[in-house]
Amino acid sequence: MGRFTKPGQYLLLLAYLIFLGFPLLWLISAAFKSSAELNSLRVNLIPTDWHLANFPEALAKQGLVRSGLNSTIVAVTTTILVIVVSIPAAYALARFKGKLRTLGVGWILTSQVFPVILIIIPLFIILKNLNLVDSLLGLILVYTTYTMPFALWMLQGYVAAIPKDLEEAGAMDGASRFKVLREIVFPLLMPGIVATAMFAFVSSWNEFFFALVLIQTPDNYTLPITLKMFVGGEGKVALGPLAAGAVMAAIPSLVFFGFMQRKLTGGLLAGAVKG
Amino acid sequence: MTDTAVRPPVTTRKKTTTIARTERREAIALVIPATLPILIFSVFPLINGIVLAFTDATLRRNVESNFVAFDNFARLVGDTMFWESFRIGLVWSISVTVLQLVAGMGLALLLNADLRLKGFTRVLALVPWAMPPVVVAIMWKLIYRQTGPLNAIVSAFGGPTNTDWLANFDTALPAVIVVGVWVGMPQTTITLLAGLQQVPMELHEAAQVDGANAWNRFWKISIPSLRPIVAAITSLNFIWNFNSFGLVYVMTEGGPGGRTMLPMLFTYLEAFKSKHLGYAAAMGLVLVVFVLILMSFYLWSQFRKDKD
Repeated sequence: MGRFTKPGQYLLLLAYLIFLGFPLLWLISAAFKSSAELNSLRVNLIPTDWHLANFPEALAKQGLVRSGLNSTIVAVTTTILVIVVSIPAAYALARFKGKLRTLGVGWILTSQVFPVILIIIPLFIILKNLNLVDSLLGLILVYTTYTMPFALWMLQGYVAAIPKDLEEAGAMDGASRFKVLREIVFPLLMPGIVATAMFAFVSSWNEFFFALVLIQTPDNYTLPITLKMFVGGEGKVALGPLAAGAVMAAIPSLVFFGFMQRKLTGGLLAGAVKG
Repeated sequence: MTDTAVRPPVTTRKKTTTIARTERREAIALVIPATLPILIFSVFPLINGIVLAFTDATLRRNVESNFVAFDNFARLVGDTMFWESFRIGLVWSISVTVLQLVAGMGLALLLNADLRLKGFTRVLALVPWAMPPVVVAIMWKLIYRQTGPLNAIVSAFGGPTNTDWLANFDTALPAVIVVGVWVGMPQTTITLLAGLQQVPMELHEAAQVDGANAWNRFWKISIPSLRPIVAAITSLNFIWNFNSFGLVYVMTEGGPGGRTMLPMLFTYLEAFKSKHLGYAAAMGLVLVVFVLILMSFYLWSQFRKDKD
């Protein structure tokens, strides 16, 4: 594009940066403001008086620590389960062609547009019969099921990138399939496993809908539910601590996401479009 | 491969079939641990949900549910609140999807141009995607508050000072649509950017030599080669937006006066607050079938265009 349009392009880019970045900066700044300052009609991103008390206040009052712990248990266990179950399946998906692969890929793509609203009602009844409603274990099983399709998709891409010759060479030397998997495929797959694990962690850490329906007592709340309940009592609730709690809840996701940001580009669609 | 050709054909066939058989057995063994949870918590509930739509099941204790054939659907036809929510859902998903595409395309073109700050913008553009929806909702509630920064800016330009954006009948739906765009833009941008980078530079250079300006090159070269990607991302975005729940639920709970009552919220409340499971399942089924029909029609028209 010509020389004349350059300033225009930068202006437009600036508009995007403000639209994308300002809300985020405002949330962070609100986390450090006193309620007096928050209620003054002024747009100052840098607090005039740094009100650090919001953070301990958020942690003390709202059961945030308890639900943070629940969220950690759920997200970590889900991640481990997803990875353990996905590695062999992803390997099969990438290496064995035929009907199995068509079925698997078809399922993965369908699951991206799954009608959760139709599923949540019977799922609730099923979990109730299994005594898994209002339990972290129930939530973990549900998250594992619904995180797996995309995790499988990511992992099978990494498996497909490992040259088949390497495995065949191993098999030639008389190693069993399991040994080939463990000693040749697994180490090469490590970066893919790390990226997939981060994805699984972030998905279950952020999840709201299933937790809202399936978890009922405050002792079992995950962070998103606690924050939602925090919002519910508006008017009475102090906004500074609410913002502080929200910032703290977003940190793990943002940190993990920073690491895997490069690996996700392209993502599901790149594969879906190429068919 | 080469040594099989030397061998007599009979042994080859025998060998490949046994290999195929062991391979299939191995494949099944590898896939079973992943299949079990999917069958129990995904396929079974899906089938069950369809069945539930034809019953009068409730969440109340000690009440047996009965098969009621099409009663739920007959009732649904006359349920004006459901159809109003359906209409809001359409306004929401179409607006958000179109705006995501337009805004995402703009940003993708900028990121594809030779500008500074590209890396930074790219990371920033992905942040909304990573954040928990609940945190995003809280963040925008702070922006839209009566004493929030949006009113400060609006009043600085001479507008009214105390609009409660999320509680006002006229502004609530547009306000949540903006948030929907904010959240969904990254995915769209990154996908379109990947598509733009696949367009061969030679095409642009050749067109430039022939005197085509940037605008013409965009419409005549970039857009046609992006069409399959645009079709895929808009249909996915539409379905995701139609199925969206947490964001709007935390911001407005469907209010004020049902102005932001997306069909997902309506169905959730019907199932778990009013406890009418069967009736809510029927709603869910109607929504799913509607999305399926719409999508197949859209994709069919896209593929037909490709064949021309």
